[in-house]
Amino acid sequence: MTSVVATNQTILVVGGGISGMTAALEAAETGKQVVLVEKNPYLGGRTVQLYRYFPKMCHPTCGLEINLRRLKANPRIQVLTLAEVTGISGDRGAYSVSVKLKPRHVNSNCTACGECGRAVQTEIADEFNYNLGKIKAAYLPSSMAYPQRYVIDASIIGTADAERAKAACKYDAVDLEQQEETISLNAGAIVWATGWQPYAAEKIVYYGYDRFANVITNVEFERLADPHGPTGGKILRPSDGKEAKNVAFIQCAGSRDENHLRHCSRFCCMASLKQTHYVQEAFGDAGKSTIYYIDIRAIDRFEDFYQKVKTNPNVSFVKSKVARITEDKAGNPVCNGVNVEGYKRYATAHDLVVLAVGMEPSVKGMDIPGEVMSDSSGFIMADPANAGIFGAGCATNALDVNRAVQSATAAALRAIQVVNKVARAEA
Amino acid sequence: MSDLNQQMAAKYQNNFLREIEEQAEMGEWVKMCMQCGLCSGSCPTNFHAGWDHPPQELFMMIRAGKRDEVLKSNSMWMCTSCYNCYVRCPRKVPVTHVMHGLAEYAYRIGQSPKNQPTQHLSKTFWDNATKTGRVNEVKLTQSLYFKDGIGSGIKKAMEMQAVALGLVKAGRLNPLEAVGIAHKCKDIKGIHAMLAKANELEAQHKAEKAKA
Repeated sequence: MTSVVATNQTILVVGGGISGMTAALEAAETGKQVVLVEKNPYLGGRTVQLYRYFPKMCHPTCGLEINLRRLKANPRIQVLTLAEVTGISGDRGAYSVSVKLKPRHVNSNCTACGECGRAVQTEIADEFNYNLGKIKAAYLPSSMAYPQRYVIDASIIGTADAERAKAACKYDAVDLEQQEETISLNAGAIVWATGWQPYAAEKIVYYGYDRFANVITNVEFERLADPHGPTGGKILRPSDGKEAKNVAFIQCAGSRDENHLRHCSRFCCMASLKQTHYVQEAFGDAGKSTIYYIDIRAIDRFEDFYQKVKTNPNVSFVKSKVARITEDKAGNPVCNGVNVEGYKRYATAHDLVVLAVGMEPSVKGMDIPGEVMSDSSGFIMADPANAGIFGAGCATNALDVNRAVQSATAAALRAIQVVNKVARAEA
Repeated sequence: MSDLNQQMAAKYQNNFLREIEEQAEMGEWVKMCMQCGLCSGSCPTNFHAGWDHPPQELFMMIRAGKRDEVLKSNSMWMCTSCYNCYVRCPRKVPVTHVMHGLAEYAYRIGQSPKNQPTQHLSKTFWDNATKTGRVNEVKLTQSLYFKDGIGSGIKKAMEMQAVALGLVKAGRLNPLEAVGIAHKCKDIKGIHAMLAKANELEAQHKAEKAKA
C-alpha cells in the first residue's frame, strides 16, 4: 500500500507537466506540503516531447533539469506517477481526494540498466513519440524520464515476457505482483494543471490526416526533428522514409474555427516558425518551408522571431487557409486553395504537410470531480465558484511554456493563501 | 428600378458595407469574414473561367466600397448552392445565403447583369410556377433554350431530345403542357392569395428598410 502524508494544509497538484511541476515547486519552496499527481509514468508532460523551445531555440531538457534538481532537493513534495484523481469531496480548506494508482511493476531498486527491455520481445505503440514508432513492452518512456525507472506495460503481465523481464533484472526491481490501488488523501487546496491535447486532426476531414501518410501534426514533427525521436532526428516522411525537404505548414488547423476549436491556440504560429529552423538546419538551402496562414500571430516580443524567419529566402508565406489536401501519383501531398493575395487558385505539391494543430484543454470532456467553471472552449476559468480549486497552465488557456509557468506560479500563490488560512485557523 | 439604385447610392454615399448590411438579406455577415479563403478554395465551380470574383474577394470588395463592381458582378449568380463554403466557414458565415442575398439586392435595384442565364431561369421559373402552382416543364425549358434566339434554341433542344423522351416515358414530363394542358394545384386561388400576401409583406419590409 502506497502511503502518502497529507493534511488540510497540503496542496494537491494534479498534472505533472511544466505547469504542475512549477506550481508544486513554487508552493513547496515557500514551505508548504505538496502532493503532485501525474497520470503518465514520468513528469514533464508535453514539454519534454518538444525538440526545442522558441524563441531561444534551446532544448527543453535544460529547463527540465533545473526543475528536477529543485524537485529532488525538496523533501516537501511527494510525487505520485501513474496516478489519477477519481473523486473529490469536501470544500475549500478541507478536501478529501481519492487517487487511483496504476502499477508500474518496477520498484525503486531500478537502476534503468535496460536489461528488462532487452529481454522482453513484445512491442507496443510508442506513446511518447505520438505512436510514430514501436517500443518494447518494458521501457523507459524517455531518456529524461523522471523517475528514471522502467515501466512494465500492463499488456504483458501474466505472459512469458513478463517472466523474462523479471528474470533479466539483476536488482530485484521487477515486481509482477503489484496491484492497482485507490488511496485517499486530504488537501486544503487543489491546483488543476492537466494541460492540453493536440486537436484530433482527423476531424478536419478535408486535410485527410487519417488518409494520407505524409500529412502529420506539429507535435509529431517535433519528434521527427528530435535526435531521441523515432527517426534519430532525421526529417523523414512516413510513407517512404524519403527526406522531407519541401515542407508545408498549415496554420489554424482546427483553431479559430467555430466548427472545431473556437479559440486561437496562440502557440502554433510560433511553433511553425520555429519548425522552419529545423528544415533549414537539416537540409540547408535545399530545405524549403511554406507557411499557409490566415494571419501570423507572433504575439508581443516574438515579432522579432517572425521578422527574422521572413528574411530567410527558403521560407515562403502564402496568405490562405488551405481548403483541401489531395495526393499526387508520387504520394506527395498537394495543398489546394485560393491565395488571398490575388485570389488565384493554387495546387502545390510538397514532400510533407505539417498541420499546426491547436490546443484542446485536457479538462474538456474529462470528468473533473467537483464543481469547476470552464469557458466555451473548455478551459478552466477563475471563478469564486471553484472555491479551493485553481486552474494552472494550459488547463486554463492556450499558452506557450513561458506563459504556462507564469500561470502556474499565480495558481500556486492562490493555493498558498488557502492553506495559510487553514493553518491560522488550526493554530 | 434605377431610381431605387440612385436613391440607395445617395442614401449610403460611401458606406457600401452598411448598405449591404441593411438592405441585402444576410448582408450583416459580410463583416465577419476574416479572409482566410476557405470558401473560395472549397468552391467546386471553376470560378477562374466563369466568375468575376470568388466569394471572399466579393466580401472584401464590399468592405472596400466597390459598389458598381460588386452589384454588376456575375459571381453571386454563378453559385450552385452546394453549401460547401457554408459548412466549412470557420466563422460560420452563411456564405451561400449571403451570395443569394447579394444577387436579390442587385436585381431589386436593377444593377444585376443583363441576360444572365441563372437570373433568367430564376425569373422564368418563378413566373411559370406561380401561375398554376405547378411547374410547366415544357414551357420552362422552352423559354430557357430559346433565350438567345431560335437557332441556338433548336440546337439545344435537339441535344436534350433523348433526356426529354426518357422523362416522357417515365411519366415525368407531359408533352401536352406545350399547349397549355398542364397539371395544376387544386386550390390555385388559395396559392395566389398566399403569394399576394407574402409579396405585400416583403414589399412592406423592404420599404421600411429603405426608409430606415
